[in-house]
Amino acid sequence: MSILELKDIQTYYGGIHALKGISLKVEKGEIVTLIGSNGAGKSTALKTICGQVQPKSGSVLFNGKNISSQPAHVTAKTGIAHVPEGRRIFPRLTVKENLEMGAFAVKDKKAIQDRMEKVFHYFPRVKERLSQKGGTMSGGEQQMLAIGRALMSKPDLLLLDEPSMGLAPVIVEQIFDIITELNKEGMTILLVEQNAFQALQVAHRGYVIQTGEIVMSGQGSDLITNEQVREAYLA
Amino acid sequence: MISEILQTLPQVLVDGLTLGAIYAVIALGYTMVYGILELINFAHGEIFMTGAFVGVAVLFFMSGAGWLAVMPAILALLIVLVVTSLVTGVLGMGIERVAYRPLRKAPKLITLISAIGVSFLLQDIVRFITEWKRGNYIVTGPQLFDSKIGLDFSSIWSHFNDAILKTSSVILLVSAILMMIGLDFFVNKSKWGMAMRSVAQDRDTAALMGINVNKVISLTFFIGSALGGATGVLFAMQYGTINPYIGFILGLKAFTAAVLGGIGNIRGAMFGGLLLGVLEMFASANLQKLTGGVFTAEYKDVFAFGILIIVLIFKPEGLFGKAVTEKV
Repeated sequence: MSILELKDIQTYYGGIHALKGISLKVEKGEIVTLIGSNGAGKSTALKTICGQVQPKSGSVLFNGKNISSQPAHVTAKTGIAHVPEGRRIFPRLTVKENLEMGAFAVKDKKAIQDRMEKVFHYFPRVKERLSQKGGTMSGGEQQMLAIGRALMSKPDLLLLDEPSMGLAPVIVEQIFDIITELNKEGMTILLVEQNAFQALQVAHRGYVIQTGEIVMSGQGSDLITNEQVREAYLA
Repeated sequence: MISEILQTLPQVLVDGLTLGAIYAVIALGYTMVYGILELINFAHGEIFMTGAFVGVAVLFFMSGAGWLAVMPAILALLIVLVVTSLVTGVLGMGIERVAYRPLRKAPKLITLISAIGVSFLLQDIVRFITEWKRGNYIVTGPQLFDSKIGLDFSSIWSHFNDAILKTSSVILLVSAILMMIGLDFFVNKSKWGMAMRSVAQDRDTAALMGINVNKVISLTFFIGSALGGATGVLFAMQYGTINPYIGFILGLKAFTAAVLGGIGNIRGAMFGGLLLGVLEMFASANLQKLTGGVFTAEYKDVFAFGILIIVLIFKPEGLFGKAVTEKV
């Protein structure tokens, strides 16, 4: 059984038919990437999975259970963590509070502390900034914090929406290194990216989405050498 | 003239802080709801008024049952405060559920109109019930505290006159300060307080953290309304006579206090309330002297609101409405 499966998802978003029958699968332990240009429906797909947007039809199966009509705050507690586009750090909460928010549903204080240590292990920079307000950090630090915050819920599946957006190339490098490291330690990741080259390099498999439809899919290494993909997204 | 103003200053401060404490606690209700929904909950002044009536009703009941005669006044007050807070807290939560939540995706102006509607509704419901039960909608409740304390300010500095402080003022100030400290602690230190702040900053992302946003909004209304209702009780105790229309102007001033402090900012609302109270009392005591009799004490609101306008011209975000620089 796949950890995540989307079956013929139709989603309307802001009056637009954003997803026109999307089907995809993510297996446990994989990095799967969803690439496509601006407005293709990548973010809508992630929002449909995490429950921020309800699909009109089709089903989202998480560990075999249909979660397509579940509200976001319920899905968040069942093992899916979403790092939203633009990071969405709580600007006037401290860095520590931002991390604590990630573990809001966790009652065990010890577990929260352990997970925070784990986040510091991946992102030492976050530890240095603990008492600072989230909104005063740089874009790269905020992205690290956003991923760290998501890890605080100890998810089975991590959804990453454009983690490279607006960041300097050297920071993007670091973020993708962490993504690979997390995956090596067993994290299943669904990665949405406009930066197709970077995404396909780290992903096991990829799907190409165009105006709400999946037009191509395959191994990351195959897509990266595919003529059409190169022309449309890697040029 | 200066010496005359100085003489009355202690009394002005005492009265101003008492009035300001009322504004401050009501302002909290406005600022909390605004912070979380960007809605000016116009009905909040009426929640305060309803609290005053519920409190007086409970007092009448207790006095009728003969309880007031046998229990210490402070215990009676505590019972009245708790019962009233629960009633107005649930009322506020219900108002959000019925009048605001269905309109959450509608333009803010529509919700504002709904709030004004609720405001009139509450005024008339309270008036109807009070007239029906007591034959008159203006009531004076049983007084729990009627002693006075003299404050010897003249021994501090000979230019000061002594001030007189009603026992009820002391109780009002202490209660208001306890409520403000309690709320500040809850919002800044507790887990649910953190949830409230996160929902205020970014509702969608808060939901992604597993927070039930509707529950947090209900909680916000409950707390704001419970505080507002309790303040109503303190107001009735301090000023004696109440009518169903006291919520309008007081609510407006408390809202002003919230804006003065920086709307959405809890500590700002507390400070704004106290400041407005003191300004108003200062104007009320000294306006006639300062203007050589052109303006009398009745123009105190013009003075207080004039200051508000000046503050907002130079600092539109309010005194404490400092936005952090947010990097993208």
